[in-house]
Order: sequence, then C-alpha cells, then structure tokens
Amino acid sequence: MTAANILSKIKENFPEAVLDMTEFAGEQILHVRGPDILTLLTKLKADGFNFLADLTAIDNLTLGGYERFAVSYHLLCHQTGERLTVKAYIPEEKPSLPSVESLWKTADWQEREVFDLYGIKFEGHPNLIRIMNPDDFEGYPLRKDYPRLGRKERSDFPVVDRGIQKKKS
Amino acid sequence: MVQDDIKSNVLTTTLESAINWGRKNSLWPMPFGTACCGIEFMAVLAARTDLARFGAEAIRFSPRQSDLLIVAGRISIKMMPVLIRIYEQIPEPKWVMSMGACASTGGVFDTYSVIQGIDQFIPVDVYVPGCPPRPEGVVEGFIKLQDLVGKEKLADYAPAPAK
Amino acid sequence: MTRVTELPLETDKMVLNFGPQHPSTHGTLRIIMELDGETVTKATPEIGYLHSGFEKLGEDLDFNQYITITDRMNYLSPLCNNVAYALAAEKLIGIEVSKRTEYIRVLMCELSRIADHLLNVGMLAVDLGALTAFLYGFKLREDIYDLFEIATGTRLTTSYTLVGGLMRDIPDGYDKAVLKVLDEVDKVANDIETLLNKNRIWQDRTKKIGIISKEDAISYGITGPMARATGIEWDIRVNEPYSSYEDFEFDVAIALNGDVFDRYLVRMEEIRQSIKICRQSLEKMPSGDVIVDPGLGYSLPPKDEVYNSIEGLIYHFEVTMPNRGMTPPVGEAYVPTESPNGELGFYIVSDGNRTPYRVRTRPPSLMNYSIFSKLIEGHMLSDAPAIIGSINVIAGELDR
Ligand code: SF4
Repeated sequence: MTAANILSKIKENFPEAVLDMTEFAGEQILHVRGPDILTLLTKLKADGFNFLADLTAIDNLTLGGYERFAVSYHLLCHQTGERLTVKAYIPEEKPSLPSVESLWKTADWQEREVFDLYGIKFEGHPNLIRIMNPDDFEGYPLRKDYPRLGRKERSDFPVVDRGIQKKKS
Repeated sequence: MVQDDIKSNVLTTTLESAINWGRKNSLWPMPFGTACCGIEFMAVLAARTDLARFGAEAIRFSPRQSDLLIVAGRISIKMMPVLIRIYEQIPEPKWVMSMGACASTGGVFDTYSVIQGIDQFIPVDVYVPGCPPRPEGVVEGFIKLQDLVGKEKLADYAPAPAK
Repeated sequence: MTRVTELPLETDKMVLNFGPQHPSTHGTLRIIMELDGETVTKATPEIGYLHSGFEKLGEDLDFNQYITITDRMNYLSPLCNNVAYALAAEKLIGIEVSKRTEYIRVLMCELSRIADHLLNVGMLAVDLGALTAFLYGFKLREDIYDLFEIATGTRLTTSYTLVGGLMRDIPDGYDKAVLKVLDEVDKVANDIETLLNKNRIWQDRTKKIGIISKEDAISYGITGPMARATGIEWDIRVNEPYSSYEDFEFDVAIALNGDVFDRYLVRMEEIRQSIKICRQSLEKMPSGDVIVDPGLGYSLPPKDEVYNSIEGLIYHFEVTMPNRGMTPPVGEAYVPTESPNGELGFYIVSDGNRTPYRVRTRPPSLMNYSIFSKLIEGHMLSDAPAIIGSINVIAGELDR
C-alpha cells in the first residue's frame, strides 16, 4: 500500500482522532490528537511503517498550533522507502500521552529525552527518568519559556580548596 | 687529586632545581577528553606530533598515578562533579591544562548546561586556545607548562595557614 | 572425585561502575553493571555527561551560523554533519544547489567516512589490545585531515558548507592530492585486514560477541553499518539518494551475523566502496559555481563586487541586515542522510524568522547505543570494550 492510500484509510477509520493532513516540501504530515497516538501508530505499523526513525517534541508557545506541545514521530517504511511524520498534540495543563515503547524499543530512550527536555509524560513507559540532565535538575530546558543561559545551574558548584599556599605567577 | 675528580664527575645544584628538572621532564598526563578536543589530543599523541619527545607519553587514566590533568572538551553540569572529584584525587604536586575554548570559557556553547570555564572551580595553570587547538598549539602549551614547573618553589607546597 | 574446576564457584553479586572516566568509554559514557563473577547480568547505561544544549542553541542562531555548531556534534566526521544540516535547511527554504556543489559534498562525505571508519577500527583494536592498527589508521587520518585543511582551512571543525552551497571551491590540483591519499588508504586497509582478519585473538574476541538480530535492529532503531551487519539492506545513499548519490556506482556492504566481527568487516568494506565513490566523483566532477546566485538573497556576493558595484552592495546588505536575508516559509523539514554511523537526520521547524524555531538532530549514536544493555547481558566484562567500540558511540552526538 502506498502512503497516500494508508493515509486516506486512516482518516476514514479514525475521523475524530485525525485533526488534519498537510504536506510541506514533499513530506506528508499527519496531525492527530495526543491520546489516540498509540492506536494510530499500531495501525500504521501494521500497515508497513515498520521503523520509528525519530521521536521528538516541539513547544508551540509562539508558533501556534492545536495545542501547546506537539510530539512528532518520523516513520519509515522499509518496503516502499516512504516516510511519514505524525504529530500528536497535547495541552499544557496535562502534558501526557501514551508511550509507544511497546511498539518500538527505540522509543524508550527517546521518550525519556523528551520527558527530560520538555516535561511531557509518557504513560506506560517502564522507566521515565531524566536522561540528559542531572537527576536534581529543575525545569525543562527546551521549553520556550526556559532561558537559554539557564537559571544559574551552571555556576552552582563549590570552588576546590587545595589546602596549600601557592603564589600566582 | 680528589678535588679534581669531584669537579669533573659531580654536578652541584640545589635540591629544588633537581626535583623540578625531574618533574618537568616526566609529566604524567591524565587526559580528561570529553569532546572534539579529546580527538585532537589523540592526534597529539600519535606519530606526527609525538608527545613522547617531551617525556609525557605515559598516559594514565587513573588520577592517582598522574600529575597533569588535561581537560580537553566541554564540561557539562552533569560532568563537573566528576571533574572536581578527579581533580581532588590527583596527588600533589599537580597541574591542570585547559585545552580548547570550551574548557577555558565555554566556547561557542553559551547554554544552560555548559560550564563557562573550569577555572571558576578548579585552578588552571595553562590555557591552550583554539577550537580545537592544533597539535602544535598543545605542544606549545606543554613547553610553557614545563617552564612553569621548572620555576616552582618547594616552599609553595607548605600547607596553608588555618583560617 | 570431582575435579576442582567442576565445582561451582561461589560468587556474590557485585555492582561495578564503569566510567564516565574510563579509557575505553571514549569520553563520557557511564555504565552501571551488575556482575556475577565475571559475567554481566545487568547493565544500565547512563548518558548525558556531554549534554551541551545544541538544540537550544539552534533556536538562537541563524541558518548559516548553526553550521559551525554542527561540526562539534560529531567530531569524527564533521563534514557529514555540515552537509546534512545544509540539506535540511535547503529543503526547508527551497534552494537548489549546483551539481558541482553536490559532487564536492559527496567527495567530502566519503572522505569523512573513510576517516571515521579508520579511527573506529583502530580504536576497537586498541581496546582489544592491538595498537598497530590504530597507528596505521591514525597516520592516514592525519593525511585526510590535511586534505580537509587544504579545502576548508581547518582540520576538525570544518564548517565547509553554507546553506546554498559551499564556503569555497576546492583548489586546483586537489584531485591529485586526494588520489594520492586514496591509494594509500587502499594499501593500509589491506594491511589492517591482513593484521586482523585471520588473527586468532581478534576472532576469538569479536566473533559471536554482541549479536544483534534483524528484528531487534529495527525495533531499536539501529541504522548504518550496525544494521547492515545484521543483514538489513538499507542504505540511505541508495534507497533515498540525496546530493546526487544516484550518479555513483557502488555496492552496499552487508554481513549476516550481526556480531562485532561483522560490524568490523562491514566498516572495512565501506572504506573500499568510499574509495570508489571518491574516485568517481573526482573523475566526473562537473564545472560551475559552488554557491547559488547571490541575486537570490541567500548568499553573500564576492567581495570585489560588493566594493565595486551597486548591485553587489545591495545584495550584501540584503543578506546581512537584521530582518532580511534568509527567511524560510513557515513549515518543517526532516532530511535523513547516511552518516558513517547511520541515519543522521536534521529536523528543522521554522516560523518564518531568520532563526529556526526548533532544530532537532536525529543522532544515530543514541539509537545505536540504546541496545547496549541488551547486547552485554550474559557476556563477560571484558567484552564490554569490544561491544562499545563496535557501536562507535560519539558522545557529542549522543548527548548533544
Ligand atoms: S573547544 Fe571546540 S573543538 Fe574543543 S571541545 Fe570545544 S567545541 Fe570542541
């Protein structure tokens, strides 16, 4: 089945889950509601998109969109070589959506990364803890309202005391 | 007779310069290479700019066996506690070389997670500029460090007076 | 009477912290391993020790500025990252580059691939106790660095591409210099293979170690030489050609067992194929410009035009003034490329401003490394360096 066929079928079968379908620079993008993502991706996987190339998130604070956060999944079908982007939208108040770790093991680390950087929770993830930042890090650095220079965490370390007197030359 | 013998066979010097001479010509570096600069440091060790010419080819990956810490690459907030711990584990006397823009100032990474210069927290003796520094630059830094080691005073290593 | 060796050896469980400062972790990996005797029963990799906020930084730099940052992401083959980012930005903005640009990009990518694989094989050999292959490989890597230096001006942080072309053309006589190095690569690749392929120790330490099945490779998102060593016939250069790869003739290296030895074999074969591609690109090198026409407003005109003609001056300001210059349409683009480690993708979202709204890198190292805990389970502790070495984890790209 080609991507166009699959997409029109998806739209028929899940009318309320699919928000929109767009195309940009030759790429198909499927916009869907967050809570339905697991069902949709299970279907897409069965239809041939067997490879999850990338999973990431976007903070739509100033860009605008259906909701504040979008989690985007880049799928690849090894048989036909077609690619498809699925964007799942979730609101700011309840940033959570089902985990797809059960479909692709690669989602494990990538969802942890999104959780670490955006604070989006993935329900059903076996081990949702920070991956990039230290465990005691506060805040979610890739959100648009987090300053690039951080909140002083980078200068918050003790100065080493060598215990000897050494003249500065 | 005896006098002449001693003159031609014995070299007199101060203990300090003898020790410094020994120290500076057998620095044992510990590379703390985290990023791109670490790769360039490998190039410094490889055949073309052979660091063995300066008596520093004995690379040790254990801080307890080395006296020169070479920080090559950016240090993130997650890595900084590790770096501090490693620095504290090196026995005195010890020196630190900060290789590359990132270790010295944060370089191009003016972001929330990169330490803007390790010298805020640990003492640094030699800075090698560049992103990454050329191997020749690192060698230059090495020579500078050797000069520094050669001029050290043993009295400097007395414990600091209690505050 | 039972012989002593047949008695079970009583051992306690032990937790071992491996890294982040350990010679075979290539920088900044940390693994917490549970050992039963010498066998690893559980391994938990801990990453993020080099997290430097690349993606946050991308939101504040414009398209050409960010190219300098992409070098620092993968320091074994920076040119591949330059090219990948430029391709993504070009797709987003809708720029077509000239044939010559594409051929030079291919040449540079393949040289990087050779350099990367040489270093990787060398490091793997060092971790397993064979220093010679490393010294052979590194000498050649220096030669390839020299080639990069001739073309780009620096050894490592090349920043060679621009959105819409290249920083500068390759100089005259460059092909001769490249061909000379390629001949050398051919010889050294043979030397390394003679040293290692039939070496008993090498075989014992790499065969049947860290076997990945085809299904796991797909489930864990593994790409590149690691996936091809399991028998997956997928090479983005062939299956989704970019930057004129369809003009070149080469074979895709594949192995079937998916162990450390096969990954090494695939890498060695890819070196050979890259030599072939480099030769072809030099032979067929088209003539022309290496940057799009400045009139389109994406690139700076040559300096003598800026100083001597009014059009040049206007074009110059069009590009450099704030709120002018390269403004892409609102949209998003994901471009996958075949980097030495696997699928390297850049995903750029734009809100129509000079700076991207979101830059995401799909780092092959992250996905490739995520299978590590599964691979090491049940193996000896001493196999850990072999497996890590064969994955070729690049911390800059892993943690970003
Ligand atoms: S100074 Fe430059 S080359 Fe060195 S680690 Fe930093 S970015 Fe990499």
